[in-house]
Amino acid sequence: MAKQSNVDTSSVVIRMKDIVKTFGSFVANDHINLTVHKGEVHAILGENGAGKSTLMNVLYGLYHPTSGSIEINGNEVRIDSPQKAIELGIGMVHQHFMLVQPFTVTENIILGTEPTKGMVVDTKKAREKIVELSERYNLKVDPDAKIEDISVGMQQRVEILKVLYRNAEHLILDEPTASLTPQEITELIDIIHHLTADGKSVILITHKLKEIKAAADFCTIIRRGKYINTVKVSECDENQLAAMMVGRDVEFKVEKKEMNPGEVVLDVRELRAKDYRHVEILKGLNLSVRRGEIVGLAGVDGNGQSELVEIITGLRKAESGEITMHGESIYNTTPKQAFEKGVTSIPEDRQKHGLVLDFSVSENLILQNFAKAPYAKHGILQKNAIEQHATEMIEKFDIRPSGCNQRLAGELSGGNQQKVIIAREVTNDSDLLIAVNPTRGLDVGAIEFVHKYLVEQRNKNKAILLVSFELDEIMSLSDRIEVIFDGQIVGSVAGKGADEKELGFMMAGGVKHE
Amino acid sequence: MNKKKGILNSNALYTFIAISVGFLVGAILLMLAGISPAEAYGKLITGVFGKPKFVTWSIVYAAPLILTGLSVAFSFRTGVFNIGAEGQFVVGSLAACVVGILVKAPAPIHILLCIVAAMAAGALWGAIVGLLKVMRGVNEVLSYIMFNWIAFYLSNYVVNLAIIHREGGGEATKDVADTARIMAPKAIVELTSCTAANWGIVMAIAAAVVIWFIISKTTLGYQLRSVGFSRTAAEYAGINTNRMFLTAMAISGAMAGLGGAVQTLGMSGRISQFSSQEQFGFQGITVALIGSSNPIGCIFAGLFYGAMKYGGTKLSLVNAPSEVVDIIMGTIIIFIAVSHVFKMLVLEKAGKKKGGAQA
Repeated sequence: MAKQSNVDTSSVVIRMKDIVKTFGSFVANDHINLTVHKGEVHAILGENGAGKSTLMNVLYGLYHPTSGSIEINGNEVRIDSPQKAIELGIGMVHQHFMLVQPFTVTENIILGTEPTKGMVVDTKKAREKIVELSERYNLKVDPDAKIEDISVGMQQRVEILKVLYRNAEHLILDEPTASLTPQEITELIDIIHHLTADGKSVILITHKLKEIKAAADFCTIIRRGKYINTVKVSECDENQLAAMMVGRDVEFKVEKKEMNPGEVVLDVRELRAKDYRHVEILKGLNLSVRRGEIVGLAGVDGNGQSELVEIITGLRKAESGEITMHGESIYNTTPKQAFEKGVTSIPEDRQKHGLVLDFSVSENLILQNFAKAPYAKHGILQKNAIEQHATEMIEKFDIRPSGCNQRLAGELSGGNQQKVIIAREVTNDSDLLIAVNPTRGLDVGAIEFVHKYLVEQRNKNKAILLVSFELDEIMSLSDRIEVIFDGQIVGSVAGKGADEKELGFMMAGGVKHE
Repeated sequence: MNKKKGILNSNALYTFIAISVGFLVGAILLMLAGISPAEAYGKLITGVFGKPKFVTWSIVYAAPLILTGLSVAFSFRTGVFNIGAEGQFVVGSLAACVVGILVKAPAPIHILLCIVAAMAAGALWGAIVGLLKVMRGVNEVLSYIMFNWIAFYLSNYVVNLAIIHREGGGEATKDVADTARIMAPKAIVELTSCTAANWGIVMAIAAAVVIWFIISKTTLGYQLRSVGFSRTAAEYAGINTNRMFLTAMAISGAMAGLGGAVQTLGMSGRISQFSSQEQFGFQGITVALIGSSNPIGCIFAGLFYGAMKYGGTKLSLVNAPSEVVDIIMGTIIIFIAVSHVFKMLVLEKAGKKKGGAQA
């Protein structure tokens, strides 16, 4: 992707000065400065909880700053509501799309500002404007398609259109690439450059360094609520950016020693299953994972990954097929039996499946083993043993805040919640570990931790199945990559030297069956 | 500041506010009805605390309410809303009554038999609803309410069976055998001059302690709470959520059934034909809410409700309708239900003083 810059450094459009935002005694933003020029892509980089979203919510009128000032086009303004922000030309595209599924693109875009002719909604004029915007910024959106029929990437463009339709000059994109394929990410960056070429400015909230390098002109780094620096992206490399974000050097490349995969642990044969709508979602899937290897399951969300994992872990029933652990069938078993046969997992949704958020950290750490010694004797929980175990785990896995035994899991940050789950699964010490998007929503430091842990388990001769929508993650960790598309494995390549383009092509269903 | 925050966050403060508002609303209504609130509330207070006898009566009123309160509170902890405590209470009192009349046994054993029968009946009543939920996906709130009415008419049917029915007219059963009654020793009855003084309160407190122990100290309680907090995470961890629902609903039913036994073996000594539901189960919901679903909290909430219920009977002496008590209790519930709104308002105000809203 050709990097282009449209920055007009002579014209400052947004200036946030000394922004402080406190919640009670907690300081979420501590004197943060942000300057955005016309035609600039400005990335905001920071770990989870660093204060990126707070800062953007201040700019978008959702929070009031405790102190500090905001200037738009040189005039000091008070933004006390999103409506005011929109009036000032600020638009925000949220990470989670807010679209009405059965409505068309046009209907979604005009929602809330419907142009009317008497009593009737006049979509014709709106549609013309949408087509015009879509063409101008190369969005290629069909104004008459229903949301439920278009891809996630397209839906995001609809969100961008929604903002442009409201005449936004300054766009805030919150983690825009979280659910996109590599191709879609490239196209998004292209769209961003179309926007800046037209004089719009874009603020990009992200913790993906690669995208900052590809798209952004300037980058402001925030760490623990504090302003660290604003740098010219072309003058920094990814390591420098990461170090500023985390406050120390970060290792990107996961060191992996050579391993010879051992015997087959998990074997899935001809698995067929239906999803909740009774549509066939797994169509005769074959997959095996051996000792001492990480098998990466690459694919775009919705091609059967979640169902596959739920069936292996006993949460969902399959229609037909075979699943074995060490040759013993675990086909259509219960979660408890699957666990006893050696299946452990880091679930995709850590808040829904991985943790009981209203339980303390100590209680969460024994979620599968609460009935076993030393945590229970004769059906009575042994508080001392439970707390001692928790204290050990919190120390060993650096779960923060330290000494958080009695804290509710829901009060922890995403990365620390993930550490609780990992600490628990380590104790189980079983043969197969299934990790589903294990680093989703985590910051660089926590990602590094999770990746190291996965490789460490592999080196301990465990079988690892890594299901991830992050192609980078799959490519850097896997010994073997299996590509899933439309409920089947459509390709298998060695992890070493895998080609991103080729994988992306297969993920999009671009490989003919041989 | 932490201490202050702790108080602002605690449930007790909001329960207290809710109770105050309840009395305030009651006072307004009394004034509208032309009755002096000071006089009425004065009567309420002296009616409860005026004599040892009154206090004892309040406690007698409280015992079954503590038990139905425990029943509802226990179900809440597993994420089930036991609106069927009423029916479980009825089958419990019915079972205790039948065993108390028909079975002959020496005193302590007879009592035990009655209590076991009552708890089993209540547990069964709850478990059937549980089975319908688990096996057929029937919403438990619906079947609980239906089972309340089934219990109601079953009780009226049994009361009128010849073998049970009181001889020589009256719409009630025979008296429960003396060997099955749980009356307090003579000395206490004489001391308090309350003829209905019984062991019910001791049983209720013991039950509360047992329930507290189960919830917070056992692996069973751990599983029940995990299901109550997050069914999905519990299931993922291999906990059999269906079995947990059944267990919780049965134990919850057993508590309400025990409440029925206490009422029959302690206070009434027989069952009368119902013309309308007796409300012990529904009042248990109030008790559970006031007690923040905490078993120990239910003891105090039950005592409060018992006192209100007993004190309310005295209001007619100042020409105030005893329904004022129902209005007060209803208002309290509404305000406890919206207590998180209170909480937000108070915390936000506290936050604003420091120059920022509370997140």
